Formats: sequence, structure tokens, C-alpha cells
Amino acid sequence: MRRLLTAVFVAILAAGSIGLLAGCAGEKKESSGKEAAGKQETPAHGDAIVFGSNGDVSGFLTAVTSDSASHDAAGYVFNGLVRYDKNVKLEGELAESWEVAPGGKKITFRLRKGVKWHDNVAFTSEDVMFTYRRMIDPKTPTAYAEDFKQVRRASNPDPYTFVVEYDKPFAPALASWGISILPKHLLGKYEDISRSPLNKSHPIGTGPYKFVEWKPGERVVFEANPDYFEGRPYIQRVITRVIPDQATMFLELKSGGIDSMNLTPLQYTRQTETGEFRKAYNKYRYTAFNYTYLGFRLSHPFFADKKIRQAIAHAISKKELVEGVLFGLGQEAIGPYKPGTWVYNPDVPKFPYDPAKAKGLLAEAGWKPGAAGTLEKGGKEFQFTVLTNAGNESRAKTAAILQQNLAAVGIKMEIRTLEWSAFINEFVDKRKFDAVILGWSVTPDPDQYDIWSSKKTGPKELNFVGYANPEVDRLLEEGRRTFDIEMRKKAYFRIQEILAEELPYVFLYVPDSLPAVHQRFHGIEPAAAGISYNFIKWYVPKGQQKYTSFQK
Amino acid sequence: MLRYVFRRLLLTVPLLVGISLISFLVMHMAPGGPIGVASDMNPKATAEVRERLKAYYGLDQPLYIQYGRWLGRMATLDFGQSFSPDGRQVVDKIRERIPVTLSINVLSMGIIFLVAIPIGIYSAVRKDSWFDRISTVTVFTGFAVPTFWLALLLMILFGVKLGWLPISGLVSLEHDSFSLAGRIWDRARHLVLPVLLAGFGGLAGFSRYMRSNMLEVIRQDYIATAKAKGLPERQVVFRHAMRNALLPVITILGLSVPDLLGGSVIFETIFAIPGMGQLFYQGVMSRDYPLIMGVLVIGSFLTLIGNLLADVGYALADPRIRTG
Repeated sequence: MRRLLTAVFVAILAAGSIGLLAGCAGEKKESSGKEAAGKQETPAHGDAIVFGSNGDVSGFLTAVTSDSASHDAAGYVFNGLVRYDKNVKLEGELAESWEVAPGGKKITFRLRKGVKWHDNVAFTSEDVMFTYRRMIDPKTPTAYAEDFKQVRRASNPDPYTFVVEYDKPFAPALASWGISILPKHLLGKYEDISRSPLNKSHPIGTGPYKFVEWKPGERVVFEANPDYFEGRPYIQRVITRVIPDQATMFLELKSGGIDSMNLTPLQYTRQTETGEFRKAYNKYRYTAFNYTYLGFRLSHPFFADKKIRQAIAHAISKKELVEGVLFGLGQEAIGPYKPGTWVYNPDVPKFPYDPAKAKGLLAEAGWKPGAAGTLEKGGKEFQFTVLTNAGNESRAKTAAILQQNLAAVGIKMEIRTLEWSAFINEFVDKRKFDAVILGWSVTPDPDQYDIWSSKKTGPKELNFVGYANPEVDRLLEEGRRTFDIEMRKKAYFRIQEILAEELPYVFLYVPDSLPAVHQRFHGIEPAAAGISYNFIKWYVPKGQQKYTSFQK
Repeated sequence: MLRYVFRRLLLTVPLLVGISLISFLVMHMAPGGPIGVASDMNPKATAEVRERLKAYYGLDQPLYIQYGRWLGRMATLDFGQSFSPDGRQVVDKIRERIPVTLSINVLSMGIIFLVAIPIGIYSAVRKDSWFDRISTVTVFTGFAVPTFWLALLLMILFGVKLGWLPISGLVSLEHDSFSLAGRIWDRARHLVLPVLLAGFGGLAGFSRYMRSNMLEVIRQDYIATAKAKGLPERQVVFRHAMRNALLPVITILGLSVPDLLGGSVIFETIFAIPGMGQLFYQGVMSRDYPLIMGVLVIGSFLTLIGNLLADVGYALADPRIRTG
């Protein structure tokens, strides 16, 4: 639930860190097998779960925050109209159901009845209307207004109906209603909702957990909401501790100071294979919602030629990347979507690892080995610099492996790592780069207009490689203008074929999410969406409960 | 004397303004800005949204106006609101962190004094003895070993293997349900590792300083006189030599005043301690201008005050120095 909500809302944020968002497909659980199958247990209320988080909460209203710690926290307290279920399909949350009118320009949400805010006031369509108005209000310091500005008209004919109309059908719009719905009766008096105590210190929502306390820099605490509309969550308290250092967090996990964290591939394969650890923790593994790529500035004299990009793809051993960077815990990427999802097209042109062929292609383009072994053409060496952000170990390793791979075919690649802000503002935004190693988070909705459309190459826009293909432009438009899943699939399948052949990026790998959870938590059922979608059904059997002083 | 102090205090005002101006300019020269956190690489953040956010934080104004506004607020001691989405007062954010950093620093500095002064004196009096050599090696080891590495080793030993001490944080999760004595005990256990480590790292500088001061004093004629008078060694060392050797410590104390509130980023990150170091670091990473300026102003103010205190302290303690 919590992680997924982040994915819905933060959209395709290229987080500096990877593997924080929800996971999917190919789910495997590698546990000690202690949680014996078939054993009939009655779920019990009580106990607490302690998570570790690298960052602190920076506010509780998702409209104005953009970090995953804040979005996770808000996920406990607030609900959206819709959310993604275990199979990463949209389902109703505060909306009982919805219908898209023929033509796709109008969505009618039927809201759940009997839902109460944590202060016992009834939730109605007024609250949804209020949330919409504040999202488009210039006084709200939000970076997410765009989806809501597409709305031509919104209305709430009765307390349990909310209707939005769009000028054109806009498929990603439906998922945009996963934002936290805000209480009008508490926020109405604030012109700027970020200035209200609900954002600064004490959120009040409709969600499964009520806010207890926030000690900045230390922890956030939530308590089960006994009146939650989907039933009272079993785990009584959720505590998220701020532990900035990854090594400290791992030691806290080993000593029992926290109950769950996402492991790194190294920790997963080498440092947790002890009997002691396996006895205390269950490890899970599933495909993450992100991928890492090598992106070219397509106006660069070397990379403007498709043949050169294909040659580079042939020179790169993705297998070695998956082994070396991810310790085998991930898979080779062939396109911008998540393997195993409905939109993923496995059948696209591939450029397998083949240094000889790479050399051949480069020779065809006129690049011949020079004196030092580096390729040359017209007296110029084939040498370029790849940029990536500092502090991301897997990207640094990726760069080192690529450097080796490319050296083997005579291409000299320099590596430069930069602080995130400097990297984005001074190099990516100003197009001052040859190539970059970066990653994208993948949203459940397949609309990637902002990344691939030739209309999105302006300053600060995200098609920074400068990719332009009229057919892709047309298909992107088609894909977002229909709710028909077959039509969308057709459009996005074709886009993947074109991208795989033209290679504006060399798609490198998709990592796995590797959470570990203390074994006393039962009821965890890994699915396409990861493990947190059914968090309110997790429980600790009576005899195994650890934190008893929080009981009511 | 009072006139001197007053004049020095007056002088700090233009100094502070100068420091803040330079800080302000350097801060704005760093690439990126506060709105980048929400809008960089975010497909939903259109150019219009970006302009709107800039205007919201007043970043659309020319720099001199931004600085002027900030200075105007500072004149009334208003540090402004943080640019972080929670928009809390900078003063509140700093205030809740100060006790944490202050207590750790005071404790570790106490340890440094208690241990370093005797070590320094003894190594000077028994120069080149075994004790001198071993203590020299030990304190320099403490100085040279990377703190984060040693911290992790101690965490593994005392936290994971032995289970005697908590690994990180300030208090246990169930802290609020403990009795008063239980709470104090709980806090103390959490402080052991950070305080000891901070102390260990700081021993070298101070004990060596003490040692060389002491060596210099011992060579003075009046010490020879005292010895010649037939005074017992204990009295010579503690009464005549040590008191003089301690004089320069006043300077160190004065210069340490800003350190008391400036937490160490590495330390606080490793031990997950919500202190000033982490606050400042996060402020810098998210380009939270008001917060950065707030911490810098407090830091530079304390440095100036610390210098003043040291000078005044000298004047009071050393009859050779006259003010005015």
C-alpha cells in the first residue's frame, strides 16, 4: 500500500536512489520455510512494526512533498479515490466504482458511503472537490498540478458522486486520482494548505492508520485506525525510524532494532546467508519498478548515427552488468517497461553481446583502430565522457563495466560522477554531455510522452537526449488518448519495437527489490505489486508479539 | 574593560553582515535550487509550475532584493521559514536540534579534558618514558583512525555480537513507557558510543597541546627556582607548572564554542542522531536557503563571541595582558 501509492503519485521520478519503489512479477520468497503452509492461525491484533528510512518526512501532504519518505508516511494516513491492487490494476479505494463515459472524456466516481475522517467527520464528495480545487490553486506550492489542469469541469452532484470532464480523453488521468484526498472541514480555512498543521505536524485523513507523533530526524509513529473502512489493521503501530546510513540500518536490522528494510544485492547474497539471519527474517525478491540506462545525446557527432549506437549495444555485456552490479538479482532490460506487465513487449529487436560484430559495424562507419588501439576516423579518436550522479554505487559499477566493455572494441570512455543537482542543472539541462547513466522509475500507467516525445526536448524537459521520431510521436499521442487497453497495448508494443531498434538509450538492467521482514509478521503474500499492498492484513500471532507496551 | 567588550560587540555587527553576504552569494552560486527537489526530472513539473514555485519562494526576484529581504528579517531576529515542504520556522528546527548536539559535544569535550590534561602533563613530566610513548601512539591512533569505520566496528561488537548497547538513535522506541530512572539509563546507553568515539578522536590534539605547553613551562627559570627551593615535585608540577601551562587552554575553549553547536555530519549520520550536523547537511542538499543561512549566522556569531570570550578570559587570567 504505502510504496505503491508513491509509485502512483511520484510518477516517473528519476530517483537518485534505486529500488525504493514497489516491486513486481516473478515473485519469489526465499525464507526459512518456518511459516509453515497450511497451518491454521487466527490473525491477532497488536504489536508494532519498525521500518528504517534513509530520509526524514518533509511534510504530510503529498501535494507539496516529493520525497519517498513523506509519500510513504502519507500512505498510512490518507486514501485516494483509486489505487493499484496486487496485480497493479487500478481499483477503487475511496471510490466504490467509476465509469468512463463513451468517448473517454468524462469519468464519474461513485464514492464509498460511511467513511469517516479520523476526527469522526463524514467524508463526502465535497472533500474530493476541495482537493481538486487546491491542486489547481496557484497558492498551493505543488509540482503536480498538471494532471488536474487537464480537467475542463469538475462537479459533485451529490455527496457520493464526483464527476470530472476532460477536453480530450486522457488515459493517465484515472491514475492521477490516486492522490491523497484532503479534509475540507480542516483545511478549508488555509489559503495555502502547506502552511496548515495537517502538513507541518499532525495529518488527519481517512486511512488505515492515525498519526501519533513525529520527532523530526528521529521517527514517525502511526497507530491502527479501529474504524478503518476496510477493517482495523492488525498491526497496532507503525514506526518509521530515520537511519541515514545504509550500514547502520543493516546493523539495526541484525540486532532487531528495526523489523524490515530493503537489502542491497550484496547484503542479500553475501551478508544475510547465515543461519541466524534466516531464522529471524524472511527475504523477498521481485522485479522492481525501475530500470537503468545509458542515454546518448543524439546530436553528438558520434551518436547521431544509429549504426554507432547499435554497435555500442553489441559491445555491452548486459549479462556481466546483471552479474557484477546486481549479483544476479535482476534482469537485462530491453525497453522502458517492466518485464511481466501487460504493456511489456518481450519480442523486440535485440543486439546481443558480440564485440566482433560491434567492431564490424564501427569499421563500416569508417572507424579504424589507430596506433594506441583506440578507434580513429579522420584523425579523431573515438573518445567520450559518460556522466552519472555521485553516491549511487550501482551506477558507478555500471560505468566501470561499460568502460571495460567499450575499451574491448576500441572505444575510450571516460567516467565522471557529479553531485545530483550539479549533474542535472549544469549538464543534463544544458545538454552538456556526451552520454549519461541514469535510471527511471516506471509507473504502472504506460504513458511515457514526457520522455520520448519530440515536443518534450525544451529546457528542463525530460527528452534530454533529443529523441525525435514522428511515428513514436503519433503512437504516444494515440496511447494516452484512449482507455481501451488493447489499443493502448498495440501502440506501446510498437513504440518498444522502434526504441529497441533505434536505441536512443541502451536499456541496461532492471533490478530486483529485496526486502527483508522479520519472520514474526505473517500474512505477507508477495504479488506483482510487491509485498506492501496488503499491509493491513499483516499480523503477529499472539505468542510472538514483541512490542507490548503500545497495546491499548 | 567594559568599554573594550562593548566595542568588540559593536564590531561583530558589520562582520556578521559581511559573512552573511558572502555565504549568501556562495550558496546561490551552487548549481540547482530549492525547487529542484520537487521539479527536477519530474514529468508533471511544467515550466509554468516551476515559475509558480519560484515565485512562491521569492526566488524570481533579483539576488540583491532576496538578500535585502533576508537581512531585513534578520534585523528583527526572524530567521524565516524553511523551504522544506513542511515550511516550519528555521528557529524551531534549529532549537529542537541544539540540545542533542550540545549535550553530546559537552560530554565528549568533558572526557577530552579529563583524559587529555593528565596525559599531557604526565607525558611532559616523564618525557620519553614508556607511558609517554604508549600514550602518544594511542592518541594518534585515535586521531588517524577513520571514525565511521571504528564506529561500525564498535556497533558490531557491542550492538550485534554482545548486545550490550543500542546501535543508533537517541532513545529506545518504548522510552516513553519507562520510569524516570529507566529513561535516564536508556539515554545514557544510547550516548555511550557516540560520546566515547567523539572523545577518542579529539584526544590527540588536546593532549599533545598540553604536553608541549607543559614542556615549555618546565624549562622556565621559575620552575628551576621552585625546584631549587626544595619544593616537592607534586607541588612544582601542579601548583607552578600546570597553572601556567593551562593558560593557552582558554584560547582553545574559546575557539571550541562554535564547535559545541556544530555537529559532525559523519558522526550524526552513522549514529542516526538528529543533531545540527544532519540538519545542515540536509539543508544544503535540498538547497533550503533560509535554513542554511540560519545555521551559518548562528555559527559565525558563536565563533565571534568565542573569540571575544577567549580574549577577555586572557585579560582576566594573565596579568601581562592589558586591554584598552
